[in-house]
Amino acid sequence: MDFLNPAFWTFVAVVAGIYAILSLGLYVQFSLAGLPNFGHVAFMAVAAYTMAILVVRYAVPMPLAAGAGIVGAVLLALILGIPTLRLRADYLAIATVAGGEIIRYLAMNLPDLTGGPIGSIGLLGPGQIAMYNGDWLAFLDRIGANLSTLVGVRVSRDAVAAILVWLLAGLLVLVLWRCERSPWGRVLKGIREDEAAVTAVGKNVFAFKLQALMLGAVLAAVAGLLLAWQIGVFSPEDYQPTLTFYAYLILILGGMNRLLAIPVGAIAFSLLYSGTRLLNFFPLSLIDSGSRAFLRLFLVGFLLVLLMAVRPQGMLGNRRELLLER
Amino acid sequence: MEGSLHELAQLILNGVITGTILALTGVGATLVFGIHRIANFAHGEYLTFGAYMGLILNTGLGQNLAVSALGAVVGTALLALAVHLLVLKPLRGRGLVAMSLITVGIGLMLRNAVFMVAGPQIRQYAIDQSAVSDLGIARISPGQLVAIVITVVVAPAMALFLGRTPLGKSMRAVADNRDLAAVAGIDVERVGAYVWLLAGGLAGLGGTMFAAVQGAFDPNLGFEVLFLIFTTVVLGGIGSAYGALVAGLVLGLVMELSTWSGLAGGLEARFKPVLAFVALIGLLLYRPQGLFGRARIL
Repeated sequence: MDFLNPAFWTFVAVVAGIYAILSLGLYVQFSLAGLPNFGHVAFMAVAAYTMAILVVRYAVPMPLAAGAGIVGAVLLALILGIPTLRLRADYLAIATVAGGEIIRYLAMNLPDLTGGPIGSIGLLGPGQIAMYNGDWLAFLDRIGANLSTLVGVRVSRDAVAAILVWLLAGLLVLVLWRCERSPWGRVLKGIREDEAAVTAVGKNVFAFKLQALMLGAVLAAVAGLLLAWQIGVFSPEDYQPTLTFYAYLILILGGMNRLLAIPVGAIAFSLLYSGTRLLNFFPLSLIDSGSRAFLRLFLVGFLLVLLMAVRPQGMLGNRRELLLER
Repeated sequence: MEGSLHELAQLILNGVITGTILALTGVGATLVFGIHRIANFAHGEYLTFGAYMGLILNTGLGQNLAVSALGAVVGTALLALAVHLLVLKPLRGRGLVAMSLITVGIGLMLRNAVFMVAGPQIRQYAIDQSAVSDLGIARISPGQLVAIVITVVVAPAMALFLGRTPLGKSMRAVADNRDLAAVAGIDVERVGAYVWLLAGGLAGLGGTMFAAVQGAFDPNLGFEVLFLIFTTVVLGGIGSAYGALVAGLVLGLVMELSTWSGLAGGLEARFKPVLAFVALIGLLLYRPQGLFGRARIL
């Protein structure tokens, strides 16, 4: 892998932006409302599959299919949230773990619907290659062409994607910044701190929790759509539970209860994660590349434990508002 | 009809085996949950570790399956205790989510360590899977035979241990109400360490049983059943050891029996885990305290 290959780093930048949006969803659920969601990746999967199936099989226009994908993710949030949000937080944690695994399992075992283990490329059945992101690539190229004439330098497709994704991430941060300081956001924080007190002042705790879960699901769905468009082909294996834990790692890396730290966390995580791809110098070059993939995940686990142990408030964390005691 | 009955007997046999594995591992997970307030995401990896300990003893050192299973129990129990003493105990008091994330990290490390050491290839124990004995009504593989023997011995022993011995009673007491147990003179710290030994040992046993019954396995063995173990814990009521014992058996039987062709053709085998998920959501809707839990403020 070439260190200085700009195409590689542009791609890393796109993925980092997508991870930032994914983590924003977790921020709403976990940092604001205190909901332990361990199946965040399922919302991405549902959105991506819904969108791809509609585009490939029914030729639905891209924006409409994307909307349907988001609706799908919200429906999943309702299925998981309605039975569990009245109960202790442990129950949501377990239901979301199970929900995430079931979505992946279904995607794997319903080949007629999802293309099965080979993924989105098999959506039209054997012998045909299904592509769902033509509209997205055309969209990027159109912007790229306009940008190129504007700045006088050729702007690559991934660069356009990086700009768009980070613009969206920035916009979402601003929106959430406003939400957090609204009465709605204060109620959520109140629920996180003391549910009984919020109930006592007459708020419908269940409804607020459900709203937080749904909003988080929407953000995860947006991240899922962007990632699907960007990588072009996906399969059930792309929605491993580890992705959820990456989002938690980003939340912790940046700072548990700092909205503005999430982009920083996403960049730091992506640098660390893609950085480990470059671990091919001696003596690590003695390990074959297959084992290095396992080593990388091992290090992700180690990092998670280490961070929780020594700096649970993250790099830019807010000790005062640190709330892990749940 | 004859064939259908044979099939039913076979499914009951399979269900009891799967159910026992879920019950035993579920008891460990639920007691850990109750006593330490940790949703142990590394529990699946403890099963994997046990399965590979068994593999080393069985194929590497040529021990028979019983000795290998025993070795796996001891090894995994020590692993769980070591993780408790070195990582989880010093870091405790950080709340459910923080502690659970730490176990996520431990699980990732363990799984990928097994991948690095043992490799991703599919393994099997040195037992002749083709030597199937015919019991007239059902056929049983050597792996299943071992599992049945373990079931008959360990499951009742577990129930006796929890119900009759002072340590078993203390564990249930601490899981039920830590402060009350401490006031009653139970050494909560000591029980907390023993419960990890127990949970680890049972996970090691469950791992070798899974590996022996499935025939072939890879380092994802434990992680793939983690959500079934968690489902068992919730079905039985979080923290309830007897609940988990029964819930595991029920879940195993229901999942296998749902595929019986006498039952309106039966469910396709690949949808068994989906059934477990539906059961979980349904239960949470109508009986959130678990099948056997007492209704109380959750």
